[in-house]
Amino acid sequence: MKTFKIAALLATVALPGAAFATELEVTHWWTSGGESAAVAELAKAFDASGDKWVDGAIAGGGDTARPVMISRITGGDPMGATQFNHGQQALELVQAGLMLDLTDVAEANNWKGVINPPSLLDSCTVDGKVYCAPLNIHSPEWLWLNNKVYTDLGLAVPTNWNEFVATAPQVEAAGKIPLALGRQPWQSNLAFGALTIGVGGLDLWKSINIDKNMDAAAGPDMLKVFQAAADARKLAAKSTVQDWNQATNMVITGEAAGQIMGDWAQGEFQVAGKVAGTDYTCLPGMGLNAYISTGGDAFYFPKLADPEKEAAQKRLAALLVSPEVQVAFNLKKGSLPIRGDIDMSTANDCMKKGLEILAGGNIVPAGDQVWSPDVQTQLGDMQGQFWSTDMSPEDAQARYVEILKSGL
Amino acid sequence: MADLSNPRGTRPKSRFTLNNIVLYGILGLMSIYYLLPLYVMVMTSLKDMAEIRMGNIFAPPVEVTFHPWVKAWAEACTGLNCDGLSRGFWNSVMITVPSVIISIIVASVNGYALVNWKFKGSEVFFTILIFGSFIPYQIMLYPIVIILRELGIYGTLGGLIMVHTIFGMPILTLLFRNYFSSLPEELFKAARVDGAGFWGIYFQIMLPMSMPIFVVALILQITGIWNDFLFGVVFTKPEIYPMTVQLNNIVNSVQGVKEYNVNMAATMLTGLVPLIVYFVSGKLFVRGIAAGAVKG
Amino acid sequence: MSGQAKPVRLLRNLNAKIAAVPMILTTLVVFVGGTIWTVVYSFTDSKLLPRLRWVGLDQYERLWSTDLWNMAINNLLFFGVMSMTFTISIGFLLAVLMDQKIRFEDTFRTIMLYPFALSFIVTGLVWQWILDPGMGLQEVVRRMGWETFSFDPLHDADTVLYGLLIAGLWQGTGFTMCLMLAGLRGIDDDIWKAARVDGIPRWKTYLFVVVPMMRPVFITTLVLVAAGIIKLYDLVVAQTNGNPGNASQMPAMYVYRYMFTAQNLGQGFAASTMMLLSVLIVLIPWAYLEFGGKKRG
Repeated sequence: MKTFKIAALLATVALPGAAFATELEVTHWWTSGGESAAVAELAKAFDASGDKWVDGAIAGGGDTARPVMISRITGGDPMGATQFNHGQQALELVQAGLMLDLTDVAEANNWKGVINPPSLLDSCTVDGKVYCAPLNIHSPEWLWLNNKVYTDLGLAVPTNWNEFVATAPQVEAAGKIPLALGRQPWQSNLAFGALTIGVGGLDLWKSINIDKNMDAAAGPDMLKVFQAAADARKLAAKSTVQDWNQATNMVITGEAAGQIMGDWAQGEFQVAGKVAGTDYTCLPGMGLNAYISTGGDAFYFPKLADPEKEAAQKRLAALLVSPEVQVAFNLKKGSLPIRGDIDMSTANDCMKKGLEILAGGNIVPAGDQVWSPDVQTQLGDMQGQFWSTDMSPEDAQARYVEILKSGL
Repeated sequence: MADLSNPRGTRPKSRFTLNNIVLYGILGLMSIYYLLPLYVMVMTSLKDMAEIRMGNIFAPPVEVTFHPWVKAWAEACTGLNCDGLSRGFWNSVMITVPSVIISIIVASVNGYALVNWKFKGSEVFFTILIFGSFIPYQIMLYPIVIILRELGIYGTLGGLIMVHTIFGMPILTLLFRNYFSSLPEELFKAARVDGAGFWGIYFQIMLPMSMPIFVVALILQITGIWNDFLFGVVFTKPEIYPMTVQLNNIVNSVQGVKEYNVNMAATMLTGLVPLIVYFVSGKLFVRGIAAGAVKG
Repeated sequence: MSGQAKPVRLLRNLNAKIAAVPMILTTLVVFVGGTIWTVVYSFTDSKLLPRLRWVGLDQYERLWSTDLWNMAINNLLFFGVMSMTFTISIGFLLAVLMDQKIRFEDTFRTIMLYPFALSFIVTGLVWQWILDPGMGLQEVVRRMGWETFSFDPLHDADTVLYGLLIAGLWQGTGFTMCLMLAGLRGIDDDIWKAARVDGIPRWKTYLFVVVPMMRPVFITTLVLVAAGIIKLYDLVVAQTNGNPGNASQMPAMYVYRYMFTAQNLGQGFAASTMMLLSVLIVLIPWAYLEFGGKKRG
């Protein structure tokens, strides 16, 4: 058995031929225009290596898709590979022994040496064994602006969140929506997270989310963040769309001036043929604190009975981390590669900003890496309510602290 | 269920009494409320996006286009799969046909046994069964995931068929039990004297006499299973998603702008099968839902 | 029962018992077994996978201190009361109108009942489209000249439940009308004759004679509508998905969300157990009235 595995591994390097053509069903929740284009790159590369990518896209975002994935794995009908976010989403599945151990792939391809930041590989590692292949880094703390909205009004394009808020009344007077926001709970949570790092600052973020300092969470600095969010929700009051990409589309068409969204929004601008810097502006860390958090996606491979499938799973794992796929995928997706040793010179302005921040090491872990899905879901529900009603910042903060405590 | 064909009241003498104007006025207004969505669905699905943005949703299309229907059926995307609703349609057919047949066979035999072959405890099981139809499905979701996993049929067509058979059982059993108990008992007794057995009586006497109730059960199950969403989401995988689930996916899988015309065409397509069943079956459908009322 | 007859009886029933195996399995394993299983595991701290680590009533305490759950319950209560009131009154009114020897009765019935054949997903999506503020009803009225007209129920936390109600009533009232019509026509002709002889106006006869006589029909309808409302899921998923800001969340959605999305099975089980309890609260008095009374009488 062992020798067979090694032989199969060698085969991926030596002869990526049709001899090992195996179908693997891959589930993910990438269904927007930009995302589909990116995932097509993965499928193309996997098919070209002689195997067959069977696409199992599940619409409706991660909150809808993950339950389906998890039920299938725990229900005994696992797929060949599946997307999860970096962090704890698949932790229990790994602990229950339902996931394939990829340690040999990781060692053969020197993942320890190439994956940057190392925290991504740590998120994949349980008890010293590697269980997932990190694919990309997505940071949620970006502010996206439509330049034309501002130049038409004779305004300078804002360079940070404060300027954005200051110019919002003029934008609104011109009949535009200042801030586009999709109404799914996770998007409100994302906007709030971005405001925490942008307005509250990095130290505050770290003390709450890493050191789990509940006094800081209940403190006056955090209240300021909630007040900033309360201001922001007024700017988004007229935005009624559901999906994040519909909200992004409002910015692309100039119906709205800006959106707080992860760097994946870039894929939508790209599909629409917009140019970073001229048509739109992106501000990492809301233009206030040039920090980004390193969330993103990783692929997990459920244990399958068929050794041929297992070999194909390992081939796919190695492929996802390979330099060529990293470049091709991330350029389309608008995300950052998980290795620093590749040439991203064709990246656009926004990605380059992200790459610089990454190279400078100004990074923090993502919410999914520091909190359980239970806490994240509760935060999403709470923020979804906060952003759509007139709940007071004080009440929201009290509940925020309570939710965090449930995850300690 | 009483006969619906005997209106009471007196027939008004003149056509244009105040009573009549109010009566038909209210019925007409309500009819508009009921018909409006169907009308809007059809009209929207025949326009192109430019016209939808310009015009109003109640106006008929200036230029009729069938492209949204083609797109909804064969081209709409979920991720990389751009084969539209057609896959969901065939999945729904493959789910509905065996589920309907199996659930009706099982339930009709149940009803027959409950009426003619009572055994100790049979009424207890029947009571639990009827109570079961009121239990929120949510409470049984996870146990069923486990049962299907242990049987090795989770995520398969067979698994979903079993789930539909289980949840169709209470109402169908009630339906058949009530029908069989209305048949003259002498028939059954005579057959017993002639030496016919359990299956013999079922196939030679009960089955031929019960065609109307089988049709009612058929209508009930076809519409019920075709319209199911929750079980389709929880107990299947994307490859065999029924049409309702795929519809919700396509509508929520927005690439750029929401294409309302395609969405409405897709919605129409999904509603077509139950609508056809409804319009063809007419009064039998009314009987079916009245009998199936327990299903809620 | 004589000793001789017993083995014969047992043998005769064997076939029926075999035939009833699916029913016995369904009731014992799925309905009873599944329910007990879920209730038992609601007292554990099961996360992604079920495990028997007891935490007592913790899950219930958290459930009832969670705003989302309380909102979902309030939404359900509000929607349920509104929905029951309107379904029954509109259904009854329509049935009375249909009972006036009208022309085209079949046509009217066909029109009123067809929504009931459709999936909740279809209903939710089409009403979402009609109520779309940018291109739906609101925009049409505005373009006709009434520019300040505002009708956007789905995007306002205070009105979203009415938006759901419009769709729910559209789908369900035709069905109640049919049940009520059947009830009306089950009433003895002599009652009408007697009322006419006494000179009681028709509307009074309906209100004070017919309605009380139709009590069983009303109760059955009420129970059916109530049991359906507690399960409400598909319609909300398709039409609003719980938005805006959880203002249209329902208990069934909470169960799904915490069981599967939040990977907190224990919490989901506790919530679904509460749903079961609420069904029993509706069901037991009804079953008692309906069946308990008869047995005694």
